[in-house]
Amino acid sequence: MTGDSCSLFEVGHRACGGCAAALAARTILNAAGKDTIIVSATGCMEVFSTPYPETAWKVPWIHSLFENNAAVASGISAALKKQGRKEKVIALGGDGATFDIGMLCLSGAFERGHDFVYICYDNEAYMNTGIQRSGATPYDASTTTSPAGKCSMGNRRPKKDLPAILAAHGAPYVATASIAYLPDLKKKVQKALETEGPCYVQVHAPCCTGWGFEGEKTIAIAKLAIETGLFVSYEMENGTVTRVKKVVRRPVEEYLREQRRFRHLFRPVRNDAEIAKIQAIADKNAEKFGIDIKIKK
Amino acid sequence: MALGLGCSARPGSSRANRTGSWRTFRPVFVHDKCSRCGLCIQVCPEGCISEGEGGLPVPDYDYCKGCGLCAEECPSEAIEMKKEEK
Ligand SMILES: Cc1ncc(C[n+]2csc(CCOP(=O)(O)OP(=O)(O)O)c2C)c(N)n1
Ligand code: SF4
Ligand code: SF4
Ligand code: SF4
Ligand SMILES: [Mg+2]
Repeated sequence: MTGDSCSLFEVGHRACGGCAAALAARTILNAAGKDTIIVSATGCMEVFSTPYPETAWKVPWIHSLFENNAAVASGISAALKKQGRKEKVIALGGDGATFDIGMLCLSGAFERGHDFVYICYDNEAYMNTGIQRSGATPYDASTTTSPAGKCSMGNRRPKKDLPAILAAHGAPYVATASIAYLPDLKKKVQKALETEGPCYVQVHAPCCTGWGFEGEKTIAIAKLAIETGLFVSYEMENGTVTRVKKVVRRPVEEYLREQRRFRHLFRPVRNDAEIAKIQAIADKNAEKFGIDIKIKK
Repeated sequence: MALGLGCSARPGSSRANRTGSWRTFRPVFVHDKCSRCGLCIQVCPEGCISEGEGGLPVPDYDYCKGCGLCAEECPSEAIEMKKEEK
């Protein structure tokens, strides 16, 4: 038995049933242990875990604003360093907090080189305010600010490559992970914490409410994102990709058709041209990262 | 109420919020089929399954939201989702 149930993130939080962000929070704390200070931006994870006067966190936890999440974490990290203390600092943020609103302070903290880990749980939109698109929303996803309809096929822009941007800051360790592979996520969080300097981990965390699927399917959907090549799980050390999760690739359609946010690609009529564009994104990912396991015929 | 620069809360005080009342389906653990692999304990977003006697998983129905993720992921089909009788 793995006996992995984590007591540092308490029951009674108010996430939707089957929420990947809640599973990520548990796993991250489990990996980090009790000598950790968490800074958290606004967003679902902050809201569902800390409705005043309750909190699910059993480690020191501070709510920053949206835009200064990384700045608060860098201040804490600098103060701990000055005092010769060994606690670890993790800044947590959703994709909206990380890719968009907190980008300025995130860039500053990475450029200054503070010793902390920034973890983005990526549910690919602003969920807590009702599913608005962010810089992490994938191509063609329907959100309330990129609604699919007669004149639009959903979000017009590809997902921003934030790991590459942070690696370009000189970050010693940058990784992507998925809640579909929890031991891998745990290892990456630990590696980021052990590495000195500013490290980044981006966790793909499907949102049943915002993406439109049943909560029991959260892990299955996350797995499909990896298996289709639409989300790649990898590690970068000092700017070089050092490890990639390889897969026997499935067609993107298998992932898309399970989610309401892509329903317009199949109904009322199937849109082969748009599905082909998404397949091309996966093919490009596969080539760039070399994820394909070649089966010998 | 006088509030200072920040507000603080007691660690783990979310325990006061019994989310088990949200449930419409209940995961029933069929111990005969269980291989004690521990996967359900790992994947439950609530962290409300613990390891009981002999390594068998025990859910805490005070907090289980009935999301069905444990049943979906169990490799031995040892968890059945049953409609909650209210
Ligand atoms: C400066 C500021 N702008 C907007 C908001 C409103 N707001 C609260 S939560 C949220 C969504 C955050 O999205 P994300 O970071 O992706 O986290 P998620 O809710 O998706 O987990 C927004 C826009 C705010 N609290 N502060
Ligand atoms: S809206 Fe999505 S991210 Fe937010 S609590 Fe629900 S499932 Fe989790
Ligand atoms: S996942 Fe299934 S087989 Fe494994 S411990 Fe849980 S109930 Fe038993
Ligand atoms: S149904 Fe959901 S909340 Fe309940 S024990 Fe299973 S995974 Fe946990
Ligand atoms: Mg989000």
